[in-house]
Parts: sequence; structure tokens; C-alpha cells
Amino acid sequence: MSAPPADSVLERAPVLLRDWLTGFLPGRARWAANSLLDIVAILAVFGLLFAFLTLAERKILGRAQNRPGPNRTGWFGLLQPFADGIKMLTKEDIVPRAADPVLHFLAPVALLAFAILTFAVIPYGRDLVPVDLDAAVLYFFAASSGAELAVFMAGWASHNKYSLLASMRALAQLISYELPLILSFVPVAMAAGTLSASGIVAAQSGWKWNLVPHWLVFTPWGAAGFAIFMVSALAESNRSPFDLPEAESELIAGHLTEYSGFKYALFFMAEYFAMCALSGMAVTLFLGGWQAPLPALEFIPSYAWFAAKLLALLLGFIWVRATLPRLRVDQLTRLAWKFLVPVALVNLGTAAFWSLSFQWAGPLQLVRWGIALAMVAVPTLLLGRGLSGGLGPRTYRYA
Amino acid sequence: MCLAFSSVLFAVGLAGALARSNSILVLLGLELMLNAANLNFIAFWRFGPSHSPATGVVFVIFSIAVAAAEASVGLALIIAVYRHQRNIRLAEATRLRG
Amino acid sequence: MNAVLTLIALATIAAAAAAMAGRNLLRCVLLLAVSWAGVAGFFLWAGAEFVAFAQLLIYLGAISMAVLFAVLLTGRSREDLVADRVPPRRALYAVLAAAAVGAVLLAAVAATPLAAGPTSVPAVGVRELGLLLMGPHCAALLIVGVLLTVALIGAVVLAAGERTEKPDPEP
Repeated sequence: MSAPPADSVLERAPVLLRDWLTGFLPGRARWAANSLLDIVAILAVFGLLFAFLTLAERKILGRAQNRPGPNRTGWFGLLQPFADGIKMLTKEDIVPRAADPVLHFLAPVALLAFAILTFAVIPYGRDLVPVDLDAAVLYFFAASSGAELAVFMAGWASHNKYSLLASMRALAQLISYELPLILSFVPVAMAAGTLSASGIVAAQSGWKWNLVPHWLVFTPWGAAGFAIFMVSALAESNRSPFDLPEAESELIAGHLTEYSGFKYALFFMAEYFAMCALSGMAVTLFLGGWQAPLPALEFIPSYAWFAAKLLALLLGFIWVRATLPRLRVDQLTRLAWKFLVPVALVNLGTAAFWSLSFQWAGPLQLVRWGIALAMVAVPTLLLGRGLSGGLGPRTYRYA
Repeated sequence: MCLAFSSVLFAVGLAGALARSNSILVLLGLELMLNAANLNFIAFWRFGPSHSPATGVVFVIFSIAVAAAEASVGLALIIAVYRHQRNIRLAEATRLRG
Repeated sequence: MNAVLTLIALATIAAAAAAMAGRNLLRCVLLLAVSWAGVAGFFLWAGAEFVAFAQLLIYLGAISMAVLFAVLLTGRSREDLVADRVPPRRALYAVLAAAAVGAVLLAAVAATPLAAGPTSVPAVGVRELGLLLMGPHCAALLIVGVLLTVALIGAVVLAAGERTEKPDPEP
């Protein structure tokens, strides 16, 4: 490795490609063409990722349940997503007669639009942020909270009592988990000193003793924050075990009941895009973004590292779906308000203590770790013990 | 130009708040007026001379927060009034005693 | 630059007017959400990014949710959601009053000799905002925090009501 990693051709390949494609355009037109290329690239990459993620999910869920998953369409079922796409496109689009046609049409479009908007601020590699905003993470949370309106529109426009009820429950879930999501991010902003995504990635650069990276997940409060962020991300994208809004045994399909064909596929796509965007943000905030874990591995380009971490998190999502049972709506909201929010607040205090005890030297570092670990673990355990019903004989309480 | 925009928005919000008899629409008119005021602040922050660079932005942050609090309390009041009179027509909420 | 501003202004005012004059309550709320997004667009145009995203997050993501929940909790049937037609005289008076206020404001704006002001965006990064909020404006921040907590608790108490209520008699 003679050349520094920032200059290797493989590393700079996307930027070189983009400059080759648009280099001949003047000023503003070049900026517009660059942005257009960014949009096309993101849609293409994440569209394909969505397709193969659905396949991966079905295969992994199948293997977890001791069955092979789709394996008939193409080699190992690799053409299954395309078969599903063709099926969705050719289905009849049923709109209930009493439904509000404008809102019924707009709801999946708006949901997908907000989900795609969140992709704009994630740094996919060195110099590969589509839009480098100063308040990037705030933009991310704002765009993902706009999706709540679309969920309401879907439930209301269907003119179906059960759709409305289910969309209210979905909304309650979305709002409840937005709070731990944002609260778990606040210590990261405190540690990095900035809200800009590339700034947060830069704050996690370097290695301690040339071995352990400075990723925020390797601190006590960072690990707890990462856990809270991941749980809230599961709930924000309506994934198991929080998929009450779209479970088949609960109010049919919730707010999606009256949607068929391509609109249903759009809802589905929006959910997977939200999952990808939240995983991408988790990689940026806690796992060091596009940086390599060891100095010796820096020859692998930055976008490859980002993709690897993103895929690891997505596979984690699928793993959780295969493993945990679904939560009831009161259990879900109780988890958010009574457990995650207090733990996130205590996490904030721990992060404050951590950054203030920065200069403790030598053996005091062990004390620092001990105190921080205690500050994170003790409230979590106490709250968990206090909130759970104990391990005695189960009494069935009606929801 | 921006100030004209915010003045017109304020007037629209005022018209809505005065004309409608549905409490929620009156509340929405109020929110619109608050938004127009925030617009005014940002317009002055952007184009007006000021000795401190961020006063306008800080004020608008607080204004948004207070507007959120006021909206939630207003909506809770509307729900409480609904519990008494079973509809949300503002003209019928004329007595303090339920 | 002015073309963008005119576009944002027209869209916002149109959405707001439609929201205030509409009959279907939910359509009104959604149109008002569009006008709030327009206001956020104006903030972005003026260069106040943090406030624009905060506006989107709070208004579109939280206040509109609260309003929608309230609308659905206070309507006993779908017919309740079509608001009564405003009597034309009352609408006329309201529009006249608002137009008078608007005219006074516009006259004040036109008559004030406004300084030309800086032509570039005052550079206020998020970091400076944070330092300002925690420094000189710390007291205001804490007061707003207490205000929000009190408002939230009050709203919960008001909306939850009393437990001992006679059940709704069958219609």
C-alpha cells in the first residue's frame, strides 16, 4: 500500500465517473446534472437493494423456519423479486367507491417521497454525500417524520373504519418511537460537536493504539445509544417485532387494507427504503460511516465499507424478524414511553459524564469506563425489572 | 416583498380565525398567524441590519416551540369542551359552567 | 431569486386561503400542512436551514398529528367532518376586517424606510446556534422547557378528563 487510500483509483472511482460524465457542462448546469446523477444512482442502487432484500428476507426467514424459501424462479430464486414486481404491476388497481380518490392516490406517493428524501444526506463514502447540509441529521428526522402524514392519509382515504383505527395505531407507534430515536442521537451530536453527517463521520476517524477505531459504538453510552436507535428504527419502519400496523392477523393489513397492486408495492417499497435509510444513518452516527475498522484494511474503498456495514445491519433486521414475536400495541407504546425514553435520557447524562471526564489518565480510565457502564446498565436493569411482569405463571390480560 | 408575503398570510389567518365557527379551524387560523409572524422574523433576520447575527433565528426557534405547546393545550381544551357539548361549534361554548 | 420567492409565496397563500375557506375539515388540515411546508420553503430560501427543518419536524410531524387526532376524536361520524357553511355576511365581515388589518400592515411596510441590509446570508451555523442557546439565551431555553412540560401535562389532564362519566346514551 504505497498510495494513501484517499487517492487510490478504486476509492475515487464514483467521483471520477461523475466528473467524466458531467465535466463538460458549465457552472449551474453542471451542478444540476451532478444532482440528477446522484438521484439516479441512489434510486438505482437502493431500488436493486430493495428487490434483493425482499428475496434475502424470504430466504433467511425460510431457513430460520427450516424451509428453503423461494427457489423456483431462477437459480436459487434470484429472479423472484422481478417476478413479484411483474405480479404487482399487472394486478388490478382497486379503489373503493367511497374512498377519497385524491388522498387515496397521494398517500403511497407521499410516503415513498419522504422515504426517498431521507437518502439525500447520508454519506455513502468519502466525498460521496449527495447534499452536505450543516443540519443534515435534523433534515433526516424531519423528512422521516413527514411520512406520518402519509400514513394518516392512507388510513383515512380508505373510508374503512378498521383502516382508520389501524392507521391511528400506526401513527401512535410512529410518534412514540420518534422520541427515543432523536434522544439517542443527541449524545452523538454532543460528542461530535456538529449536526452535519460528514462531520459526525469525521469525528469518528482514527484509531486508538492503531487497533480500535474511535467509532461511537465502542463507548458505553454509544453502545446503549446504538441499541436504542436500532430498536426505534425497527419501530419507525414498522418492522417486526413492531409490525402491528401491517400484520395479517391484526385488522387485516391495517392502513394498507384497501390498497392493491402497485400502490401496495409502493407502501412496501417505502417501508424497505425507510429501513435502509435508518440503517444508513445508524452506520453514519454510531458505526463510523464509511471508515475502515483497521488501518490495514483501508485499501478497501470507503463505499464498500459503508455497503458492508449497511448490509450487516439490514441482515440484523431480518434476523430479528425471524426470531422475536410481535408486540401488542400497548406493550409497544409502554416500551417506548416507559423504558426507552428514560434510558435514552440517562444515556444523555452518561455521555455528558464521558465527555467531561475526557482527561482522566491511566488507571482512572478504567474507573471512567466502570462509572459509565454502571450509569448505562443499572437504570436499564432496574427499569426492565420494574416494568416486566416477572417470570411467574402467565396470567392472560385482555388487550 | 417578504414582509408583504407575511402580512398577507397574517390577514388570511385572521380571516379564517374570525369567520369559522369550528373551533379547530379557528385554532388553525391562529397557527397560521403565528407562522406569519415567524416569517416576519426571518425576513428581518435575513435582510435587516442587526448587531447580533442570530437573534432572529433563536427567537423563531422559541416561537415554534411555544406555538407547539399552545396548539396542544388548545386541542386538549377542544376535546374537553367536546365532552360536554358533543360538538365543536364555537358559538355554543358560551357558558363557563358545563 | 425573486421568482422562487414569488412561487413559494403564491403557493403558501393559496394553500392557506383554501384551508381557511374549505368545507371538508380534513382537507383543510392537510392544505394547512402544505402551507406550513411552504413557510419552511421560505425559511430555506432565506438561508435559515435549522429553522426550516425544525419547522418541518415540529409542524408537519407533530402539530398536524395532534390536530388530526383531535379532529378524529371530536367527530362522531363522517358527516361531522364537513363543517357548516359559513353565513355569507359573517364571511364578508371577517374578510373585510382581515383585509383592513392587512392593508394597515402593508401600508406600514411600504412607508418604513427599510435599510438595504446585507445581501449575503448571515452565517449562522448550527454550532453558533447551540452556543447561543446554551449561553446568553440559556434562561429562555430552560423556561421554554418548563413551559412545554407544563403544557404537555396540562393537555394530558384536560384531554383525559374524569374517570367517572356516565356512558353515552344510545341515540
